[in-house]
Amino acid sequence: MTLAYYPGCSLHGTSREFEESFLAVTGHLGIDLVELDDWNCCGASSAHPVSRELGVALPARNLALAAEQGADEIVAPCAACFNRLAAARHALATDADLAARMPEIVGRPLPGAMGVRNVVDVLAAHAPRIEALAAAVLEPRAMARLKVAAYYGCLLVRPSETTGFDDPEQPATMETVIAACGSVPVQWNMAVECCGGAFAISRTSSVVRLGRRIIADARAHGAEAIAVACPLCHSNLDLRQAAMTRRGEEPLPVLFITQVVGLALGLSEEELGIRRHFVDAQPLLAALAGPAEDA
Amino acid sequence: MGAEMSLQPHDVMRLVARGRAMQASAADSLWLCLTCETCSARCPTGADPAAVIDTLREVAVREGVADLPRAIAAFHRSFLDQLRATGRLYEAGFILQYKLRSGALLQDAGNAPAMVRRGKLHALPQRMRGAREVRAIFARCDVEPRDLRGRGRRSREERQP
Repeated sequence: MTLAYYPGCSLHGTSREFEESFLAVTGHLGIDLVELDDWNCCGASSAHPVSRELGVALPARNLALAAEQGADEIVAPCAACFNRLAAARHALATDADLAARMPEIVGRPLPGAMGVRNVVDVLAAHAPRIEALAAAVLEPRAMARLKVAAYYGCLLVRPSETTGFDDPEQPATMETVIAACGSVPVQWNMAVECCGGAFAISRTSSVVRLGRRIIADARAHGAEAIAVACPLCHSNLDLRQAAMTRRGEEPLPVLFITQVVGLALGLSEEELGIRRHFVDAQPLLAALAGPAEDA
Repeated sequence: MGAEMSLQPHDVMRLVARGRAMQASAADSLWLCLTCETCSARCPTGADPAAVIDTLREVAVREGVADLPRAIAAFHRSFLDQLRATGRLYEAGFILQYKLRSGALLQDAGNAPAMVRRGKLHALPQRMRGAREVRAIFARCDVEPRDLRGRGRRSREERQP
Protein backbone atom coordinates (compact mmCIF):
# COMPACT_ATOMS: atom_id res chain seq x y z
CA MET A 1 0.00 0.00 0.00
CA THR A 2 1.29 3.45 -0.88
CA LEU A 3 0.13 6.22 1.39
CA ALA A 4 -0.01 9.81 0.13
CA TYR A 5 0.19 12.59 2.67
CA TYR A 6 -2.21 15.52 2.22
CA PRO A 7 -1.06 18.34 4.52
CA GLY A 8 -3.74 20.92 3.74
CA CYS A 9 -3.38 24.63 4.38
CA SER A 10 -3.39 24.65 8.19
CA LEU A 11 -0.55 22.19 8.59
CA HIS A 12 1.63 24.44 6.45
CA GLY A 13 0.58 27.53 8.41
CA THR A 14 -1.09 28.10 11.74
CA SER A 15 -0.89 24.44 12.81
CA ARG A 16 2.64 23.68 11.73
CA GLU A 17 3.26 21.82 15.00
CA PHE A 18 0.64 19.30 13.86
CA GLU A 19 2.74 18.63 10.75
CA GLU A 20 6.01 18.59 12.70
CA SER A 21 4.68 16.06 15.21
CA PHE A 22 2.88 14.00 12.54
CA LEU A 23 6.04 13.65 10.44
CA ALA A 24 8.22 12.98 13.49
CA VAL A 25 5.91 10.24 14.76
CA THR A 26 5.22 8.55 11.42
CA GLY A 27 8.96 8.66 10.68
CA HIS A 28 9.74 7.07 14.05
CA LEU A 29 7.14 4.36 13.49
CA GLY A 30 8.50 3.66 10.00
CA ILE A 31 5.27 4.62 8.20
CA ASP A 32 6.15 5.52 4.61
CA LEU A 33 4.54 8.69 3.31
CA VAL A 34 4.95 10.82 0.24
CA GLU A 35 3.50 14.32 0.24
CA LEU A 36 0.93 14.70 -2.50
CA ASP A 37 2.50 16.83 -5.22
CA ASP A 38 0.68 20.02 -6.20
CA TRP A 39 -2.27 19.49 -3.82
CA ASN A 40 -4.94 22.19 -3.58
CA CYS A 41 -7.10 23.41 -0.69
CA CYS A 42 -10.06 21.12 0.05
CA GLY A 43 -12.48 24.07 0.31
CA ALA A 44 -13.02 23.31 4.02
CA SER A 45 -16.04 25.01 5.54
CA SER A 46 -16.58 27.65 2.84
CA ALA A 47 -17.02 25.74 -0.43
CA HIS A 48 -19.79 23.23 0.34
CA PRO A 49 -22.35 25.73 1.72
CA VAL A 50 -22.12 27.72 -1.50
CA SER A 51 -21.97 24.90 -4.05
CA ARG A 52 -22.18 21.17 -3.54
CA GLU A 53 -20.31 20.69 -6.83
CA LEU A 54 -17.43 22.90 -5.72
CA GLY A 55 -17.38 21.20 -2.29
CA VAL A 56 -16.83 17.86 -4.06
CA ALA A 57 -14.67 19.02 -7.00
CA LEU A 58 -11.92 20.67 -4.91
CA PRO A 59 -11.14 17.57 -2.81
CA ALA A 60 -11.77 15.33 -5.87
CA ARG A 61 -8.82 16.94 -7.67
CA ASN A 62 -6.61 15.75 -4.79
CA LEU A 63 -8.03 12.22 -5.04
CA ALA A 64 -7.24 12.31 -8.77
CA LEU A 65 -3.66 13.46 -8.10
CA ALA A 66 -3.16 10.72 -5.51
CA ALA A 67 -4.16 8.07 -8.04
CA GLU A 68 -1.95 9.62 -10.75
CA GLN A 69 0.97 9.62 -8.32
CA GLY A 70 0.53 5.91 -7.58
CA ALA A 71 -1.08 6.03 -4.15
CA ASP A 72 -3.85 3.69 -2.98
CA GLU A 73 -4.60 5.72 0.13
CA ILE A 74 -4.40 9.30 1.24
CA VAL A 75 -3.99 10.45 4.85
CA ALA A 76 -5.18 13.90 5.91
CA PRO A 77 -4.21 14.73 9.50
CA CYS A 78 -6.48 17.81 9.54
CA ALA A 79 -9.98 16.66 10.48
CA ALA A 80 -11.61 19.20 8.15
CA CYS A 81 -9.52 18.08 5.17
CA PHE A 82 -10.18 14.44 6.06
CA ASN A 83 -13.90 15.16 6.23
CA ARG A 84 -14.01 16.87 2.83
CA LEU A 85 -11.86 14.22 1.09
CA ALA A 86 -14.07 11.49 2.58
CA ALA A 87 -17.23 13.40 1.61
CA ALA A 88 -15.98 13.69 -1.99
CA ARG A 89 -15.12 10.01 -2.14
CA HIS A 90 -18.55 9.15 -0.74
CA ALA A 91 -20.37 11.45 -3.17
CA LEU A 92 -18.49 9.99 -6.14
CA ALA A 93 -19.36 6.46 -5.01
CA THR A 94 -23.05 7.08 -4.30
CA ASP A 95 -24.18 9.84 -6.70
CA ALA A 96 -23.81 8.50 -10.24
CA ASP A 97 -24.98 11.74 -11.83
CA LEU A 98 -22.46 13.87 -9.97
CA ALA A 99 -19.73 11.26 -10.54
CA ALA A 100 -20.37 11.41 -14.29
CA ARG A 101 -20.01 15.21 -14.39
CA MET A 102 -16.99 15.40 -12.10
CA PRO A 103 -14.09 14.47 -14.43
CA GLU A 104 -15.01 17.36 -16.71
CA ILE A 105 -15.37 19.81 -13.80
CA VAL A 106 -12.07 18.72 -12.25
CA GLY A 107 -10.33 18.40 -15.61
CA ARG A 108 -8.77 15.05 -14.69
CA PRO A 109 -9.89 11.41 -14.66
CA LEU A 110 -11.09 10.35 -11.21
CA PRO A 111 -10.03 7.14 -9.49
CA GLY A 112 -12.63 4.42 -8.93
CA ALA A 113 -11.37 3.80 -5.42
CA MET A 114 -9.12 5.73 -3.08
CA GLY A 115 -8.73 5.10 0.63
CA VAL A 116 -9.12 8.24 2.74
CA ARG A 117 -7.64 8.00 6.23
CA ASN A 118 -7.32 10.23 9.24
CA VAL A 119 -4.43 10.40 11.65
CA VAL A 120 -6.23 8.72 14.55
CA ASP A 121 -7.06 5.70 12.43
CA VAL A 122 -3.46 5.48 11.12
CA LEU A 123 -2.03 5.68 14.65
CA ALA A 124 -4.55 3.16 16.03
CA ALA A 125 -3.46 0.69 13.35
CA HIS A 126 0.05 0.96 14.84
CA ALA A 127 -1.08 0.82 18.48
CA PRO A 128 0.83 -2.38 19.38
CA ARG A 129 4.03 -0.90 17.99
CA ILE A 130 3.47 2.39 19.81
CA GLU A 131 2.90 0.44 23.01
CA ALA A 132 6.08 -1.60 22.60
CA LEU A 133 8.22 1.43 21.72
CA ALA A 134 6.72 3.56 24.49
CA ALA A 135 7.35 0.81 27.05
CA ALA A 136 11.00 0.76 26.02
CA VAL A 137 11.40 4.49 26.70
CA LEU A 138 12.72 4.56 30.22
CA GLU A 139 13.35 8.24 30.81
CA PRO A 140 11.16 10.10 31.09
CA ARG A 141 8.11 7.88 31.54
CA ALA A 142 6.19 11.08 31.97
CA MET A 143 3.26 10.16 29.78
CA ALA A 144 2.45 7.10 31.88
CA ARG A 145 0.69 9.18 34.46
CA LEU A 146 -1.02 11.67 32.19
CA LYS A 147 -4.81 11.77 32.25
CA VAL A 148 -6.05 12.79 28.80
CA ALA A 149 -9.48 13.70 27.48
CA ALA A 150 -9.76 12.46 23.88
CA TYR A 151 -11.62 15.19 22.01
CA TYR A 152 -12.91 14.19 18.58
CA GLY A 153 -15.19 17.10 17.76
CA CYS A 154 -17.39 16.83 14.67
CA LEU A 155 -15.46 16.40 11.48
CA LEU A 156 -13.56 13.22 12.31
CA VAL A 157 -16.66 11.25 13.24
CA ARG A 158 -19.69 12.70 11.42
CA PRO A 159 -21.43 11.76 9.25
CA SER A 160 -20.45 8.18 10.00
CA GLU A 161 -21.42 6.88 6.54
CA THR A 162 -18.65 9.00 5.01
CA THR A 163 -16.06 9.03 7.80
CA GLY A 164 -16.39 5.35 8.68
CA PHE A 165 -15.52 6.13 12.28
CA ASP A 166 -16.08 3.44 14.91
CA ASP A 167 -19.07 5.02 16.69
CA PRO A 168 -20.64 8.44 16.10
CA GLU A 169 -21.54 8.99 19.77
CA GLN A 170 -18.92 7.07 21.71
CA PRO A 171 -15.87 6.65 19.51
CA ALA A 172 -12.93 4.86 21.12
CA THR A 173 -10.16 4.94 18.51
CA MET A 174 -8.32 7.88 20.08
CA GLU A 175 -8.59 6.25 23.51
CA THR A 176 -6.86 3.17 22.04
CA VAL A 177 -3.97 5.37 20.92
CA ILE A 178 -3.76 7.17 24.27
CA ALA A 179 -3.77 3.86 26.15
CA ALA A 180 -1.01 2.55 23.85
CA CYS A 181 1.05 5.54 24.97
CA GLY A 182 0.64 4.30 28.54
CA SER A 183 -1.46 7.37 29.37
CA VAL A 184 -4.91 7.29 30.91
CA PRO A 185 -7.93 8.27 28.80
CA VAL A 186 -10.64 9.82 30.96
CA GLN A 187 -14.38 9.20 30.57
CA TRP A 188 -16.16 12.44 29.81
CA ASN A 189 -19.21 13.88 28.11
CA MET A 190 -18.04 16.33 25.45
CA ALA A 191 -15.89 14.15 23.19
CA VAL A 192 -18.03 14.66 20.07
CA GLU A 193 -19.58 18.08 20.77
CA CYS A 194 -18.82 21.00 18.43
CA CYS A 195 -16.15 23.59 19.37
CA GLY A 196 -17.45 26.30 17.03
CA GLY A 197 -15.14 25.26 14.21
CA ALA A 198 -14.70 27.90 11.55
CA PHE A 199 -16.31 30.63 13.68
CA ALA A 200 -12.90 31.11 15.35
CA ILE A 201 -12.66 34.60 13.92
CA SER A 202 -16.07 35.39 12.45
CA ARG A 203 -18.10 34.66 15.60
CA THR A 204 -15.63 34.36 18.45
CA SER A 205 -18.31 34.69 21.15
CA SER A 206 -19.83 31.36 20.02
CA VAL A 207 -16.43 29.65 20.08
CA VAL A 208 -15.79 30.88 23.61
CA ARG A 209 -19.24 29.74 24.76
CA LEU A 210 -18.86 26.25 23.26
CA GLY A 211 -15.21 25.85 24.23
CA ARG A 212 -15.84 26.79 27.83
CA ARG A 213 -18.22 23.84 28.24
CA ILE A 214 -15.71 21.44 26.67
CA ILE A 215 -12.81 22.57 28.85
CA ALA A 216 -14.93 22.63 32.03
CA ASP A 217 -16.18 19.09 31.39
CA ALA A 218 -12.68 17.76 30.68
CA ARG A 219 -11.42 19.35 33.88
CA ALA A 220 -14.38 18.05 35.90
CA HIS A 221 -13.56 14.52 34.77
CA GLY A 222 -9.96 14.76 35.89
CA ALA A 223 -8.21 15.45 32.59
CA GLU A 224 -4.80 17.11 32.78
CA ALA A 225 -4.70 17.68 29.03
CA ILE A 226 -7.00 17.47 26.03
CA ALA A 227 -5.90 15.56 22.92
CA VAL A 228 -7.22 16.73 19.54
CA ALA A 229 -6.76 15.77 15.88
CA CYS A 230 -8.02 18.95 14.24
CA PRO A 231 -6.37 22.35 13.73
CA LEU A 232 -9.69 24.15 14.25
CA CYS A 233 -10.41 22.36 17.53
CA HIS A 234 -6.86 23.09 18.59
CA SER A 235 -6.88 26.79 17.93
CA ASN A 236 -10.37 27.19 19.39
CA LEU A 237 -9.43 25.46 22.63
CA ASP A 238 -5.82 26.67 22.86
CA LEU A 239 -5.69 30.23 21.48
CA ARG A 240 -9.13 31.10 22.87
CA GLN A 241 -8.69 29.44 26.24
CA ALA A 242 -7.70 32.63 28.03
CA ALA A 243 -11.20 33.96 27.34
CA MET A 244 -12.86 30.74 28.53
CA THR A 245 -11.47 29.81 31.87
CA ARG A 246 -12.43 31.69 34.98
CA ARG A 247 -9.84 33.47 37.01
CA GLY A 248 -7.65 31.22 39.12
CA GLU A 249 -8.03 28.01 37.12
CA GLU A 250 -4.88 26.29 35.95
CA PRO A 251 -4.60 26.37 32.17
CA LEU A 252 -5.48 23.04 30.54
CA PRO A 253 -2.93 22.19 27.82
CA VAL A 254 -4.33 21.10 24.46
CA LEU A 255 -2.08 18.69 22.57
CA PHE A 256 -2.35 17.18 19.13
CA ILE A 257 -2.72 13.39 19.39
CA THR A 258 0.52 13.12 17.40
CA GLN A 259 2.28 15.11 20.15
CA VAL A 260 0.92 12.77 22.83
CA VAL A 261 2.29 9.80 20.88
CA GLY A 262 5.57 11.59 20.17
CA LEU A 263 6.15 12.35 23.85
CA ALA A 264 5.42 8.73 24.72
CA LEU A 265 7.95 7.61 22.10
CA GLY A 266 10.55 9.82 23.74
CA LEU A 267 10.76 12.43 20.96
CA SER A 268 11.85 15.91 22.01
CA GLU A 269 9.52 18.84 22.64
CA GLU A 270 11.32 20.74 19.85
CA GLU A 271 10.68 18.02 17.28
CA LEU A 272 7.02 17.95 18.28
CA GLY A 273 6.53 21.73 18.28
CA ILE A 274 5.13 21.69 21.84
CA ARG A 275 6.29 25.26 22.42
CA ARG A 276 4.18 26.70 19.63
CA HIS A 277 0.98 26.47 21.69
CA PHE A 278 -0.60 29.40 23.49
CA VAL A 279 -1.37 27.35 26.62
CA ASP A 280 2.06 26.37 27.86
CA ALA A 281 2.29 22.58 28.31
CA GLN A 282 5.73 22.67 29.85
CA PRO A 283 4.75 23.07 33.53
CA LEU A 284 2.56 19.96 33.19
CA LEU A 285 5.26 17.96 31.38
CA ALA A 286 7.89 19.06 33.89
CA ALA A 287 5.67 17.97 36.78
CA LEU A 288 5.04 14.59 35.15
CA ALA A 289 8.73 14.04 34.55
CA GLY A 290 9.43 14.60 38.24
CA PRO A 291 9.56 11.85 40.84
CA ALA A 292 6.39 9.77 41.15
CA GLU A 293 4.14 10.56 44.07
CA ASP A 294 2.54 7.61 45.74
CA ALA A 295 -1.17 7.89 45.32
CA MET B 1 -24.84 26.23 17.37
CA GLY B 2 -28.54 25.36 17.45
CA ALA B 3 -28.98 27.37 20.65
CA GLU B 4 -28.12 30.59 18.78
CA MET B 5 -30.43 30.01 15.81
CA SER B 6 -33.80 31.72 15.54
CA LEU B 7 -34.80 28.97 13.10
CA GLN B 8 -33.41 25.66 14.39
CA PRO B 9 -32.76 22.61 12.19
CA HIS B 10 -36.16 21.02 12.97
CA ASP B 11 -37.91 24.33 12.16
CA VAL B 12 -36.09 24.43 8.83
CA MET B 13 -37.23 20.89 8.05
CA ARG B 14 -40.81 21.79 8.94
CA LEU B 15 -40.82 24.77 6.57
CA VAL B 16 -39.37 22.71 3.74
CA ALA B 17 -41.89 19.91 4.33
CA ARG B 18 -44.68 22.47 4.04
CA GLY B 19 -43.39 23.76 0.74
CA ARG B 20 -41.95 26.96 2.15
CA ALA B 21 -38.34 26.28 1.16
CA MET B 22 -37.71 29.82 -0.08
CA GLN B 23 -38.72 31.24 3.28
CA ALA B 24 -36.25 28.87 4.94
CA SER B 25 -33.57 29.80 2.37
CA ALA B 26 -33.74 33.45 3.34
CA ALA B 27 -33.24 32.75 7.06
CA ASP B 28 -30.07 34.23 8.53
CA SER B 29 -29.72 31.34 10.98
CA LEU B 30 -28.85 28.99 8.10
CA TRP B 31 -25.46 30.67 8.15
CA LEU B 32 -24.92 29.84 11.81
CA CYS B 33 -24.79 26.17 10.83
CA LEU B 34 -21.22 24.82 10.92
CA THR B 35 -22.18 21.46 9.39
CA CYS B 36 -21.20 19.75 12.64
CA GLU B 37 -23.77 17.12 11.53
CA THR B 38 -25.03 16.62 15.09
CA CYS B 39 -28.67 17.14 14.02
CA SER B 40 -28.38 14.57 11.24
CA ALA B 41 -26.53 12.06 13.43
CA ARG B 42 -29.11 12.31 16.23
CA CYS B 43 -32.34 12.84 14.29
CA PRO B 44 -34.87 10.35 15.71
CA THR B 45 -36.64 10.11 12.35
CA GLY B 46 -33.46 9.65 10.34
CA ALA B 47 -33.79 12.94 8.45
CA ASP B 48 -30.67 14.77 7.24
CA PRO B 49 -31.11 18.46 8.12
CA ALA B 50 -27.40 19.19 7.55
CA ALA B 51 -27.72 18.28 3.85
CA VAL B 52 -30.97 20.23 3.54
CA ILE B 53 -29.35 23.32 5.12
CA ASP B 54 -26.43 23.14 2.67
CA THR B 55 -28.86 22.92 -0.25
CA LEU B 56 -30.93 25.86 1.03
CA ARG B 57 -27.79 27.97 1.39
CA GLU B 58 -26.71 27.17 -2.15
CA VAL B 59 -30.15 28.09 -3.47
CA ALA B 60 -30.20 31.30 -1.41
CA VAL B 61 -26.86 32.45 -2.86
CA ARG B 62 -27.91 31.62 -6.43
CA GLU B 63 -31.27 33.39 -6.04
CA GLY B 64 -29.64 36.40 -4.39
CA VAL B 65 -31.75 36.11 -1.22
CA ALA B 66 -29.01 34.90 1.14
CA ASP B 67 -29.08 36.81 4.41
CA LEU B 68 -25.59 36.37 5.79
CA PRO B 69 -24.43 38.06 8.98
CA ARG B 70 -21.72 40.47 7.88
CA ALA B 71 -18.75 38.77 9.56
CA ILE B 72 -19.73 35.32 8.28
CA ALA B 73 -20.15 36.65 4.73
CA ALA B 74 -16.74 38.32 5.00
CA PHE B 75 -15.24 35.03 6.18
CA HIS B 76 -16.60 32.86 3.36
CA ARG B 77 -15.96 35.43 0.65
CA SER B 78 -12.37 36.08 1.76
CA PHE B 79 -11.73 32.34 2.10
CA LEU B 80 -13.02 31.56 -1.39
CA ASP B 81 -11.26 34.57 -2.92
CA GLN B 82 -7.90 33.44 -1.53
CA LEU B 83 -8.50 29.86 -2.55
CA ARG B 84 -9.50 30.81 -6.10
CA ALA B 85 -6.51 33.11 -6.50
CA THR B 86 -3.77 30.78 -5.22
CA GLY B 87 -5.30 27.30 -5.05
CA ARG B 88 -4.62 27.19 -1.33
CA LEU B 89 -5.66 29.21 1.66
CA TYR B 90 -3.02 31.89 2.20
CA GLU B 91 -3.82 32.59 5.84
CA ALA B 92 -2.21 36.01 6.31
CA GLY B 93 -3.86 37.39 3.17
CA PHE B 94 -7.14 35.80 4.16
CA ILE B 95 -7.12 37.40 7.62
CA LEU B 96 -6.29 40.81 6.19
CA GLN B 97 -9.04 40.57 3.59
CA TYR B 98 -11.49 39.35 6.24
CA LYS B 99 -10.71 42.32 8.48
CA LEU B 100 -11.26 44.84 5.70
CA ARG B 101 -14.60 43.25 4.73
CA SER B 102 -15.96 42.64 8.21
CA GLY B 103 -14.80 45.95 9.63
CA ALA B 104 -13.31 44.07 12.61
CA LEU B 105 -9.94 45.73 12.00
CA LEU B 106 -8.59 45.52 15.52
CA GLN B 107 -10.01 42.14 16.49
CA ASP B 108 -7.16 39.85 17.57
CA ALA B 109 -4.56 42.37 16.39
CA GLY B 110 -2.81 41.74 19.70
CA ASN B 111 -2.37 38.06 18.80
CA ALA B 112 -0.52 38.75 15.54
CA PRO B 113 2.96 39.16 17.07
CA ALA B 114 2.45 35.99 19.13
CA MET B 115 1.42 34.08 15.99
CA VAL B 116 4.51 35.28 14.14
CA ARG B 117 6.73 34.43 17.11
CA ARG B 118 5.36 30.88 17.10
CA GLY B 119 6.08 30.56 13.38
CA LYS B 120 2.37 30.32 12.58
CA LEU B 121 1.97 33.14 10.05
CA HIS B 122 3.81 33.23 6.76
CA ALA B 123 4.44 36.50 4.98
CA LEU B 124 4.07 35.09 1.47
CA PRO B 125 1.58 32.71 -0.16
CA GLN B 126 2.71 29.23 -1.17
CA ARG B 127 2.78 28.71 -4.91
CA MET B 128 1.23 25.69 -6.56
CA ARG B 129 1.45 24.83 -10.24
CA GLY B 130 -2.22 23.91 -10.52
CA ALA B 131 -3.64 27.27 -9.38
CA ARG B 132 -5.07 27.76 -12.85
CA GLU B 133 -6.85 24.40 -12.63
CA VAL B 134 -8.47 25.52 -9.38
CA ARG B 135 -9.70 28.74 -11.01
CA ALA B 136 -11.17 26.64 -13.83
CA ILE B 137 -12.98 24.45 -11.28
CA PHE B 138 -14.55 27.56 -9.73
CA ALA B 139 -15.66 28.72 -13.18
CA ARG B 140 -17.15 25.34 -14.14
CA CYS B 141 -19.05 25.21 -10.83
CA ASP B 142 -20.23 28.75 -11.53
CA VAL B 143 -19.15 30.03 -8.12
CA GLU B 144 -18.41 33.71 -7.73
CA PRO B 145 -17.19 34.68 -4.23
CA ARG B 146 -18.54 38.21 -4.78
CA ASP B 147 -22.07 36.80 -4.53
CA LEU B 148 -21.56 36.30 -0.80
CA ARG B 149 -22.62 39.65 0.53
CA GLY B 150 -23.37 40.36 4.14
CA ARG B 151 -26.42 42.33 5.05
CA GLY B 152 -26.97 44.97 7.70
CA ARG B 153 -24.94 45.93 10.68
CA ARG B 154 -22.80 43.58 12.66
CA SER B 155 -24.70 41.78 15.37
CA ARG B 156 -23.84 42.10 19.05
CA GLU B 157 -22.20 38.64 18.96
CA GLU B 158 -19.98 39.71 16.10
CA ARG B 159 -18.87 42.93 17.74
CA GLN B 160 -18.00 41.26 21.00
CA PRO B 161 -14.96 39.00 20.85
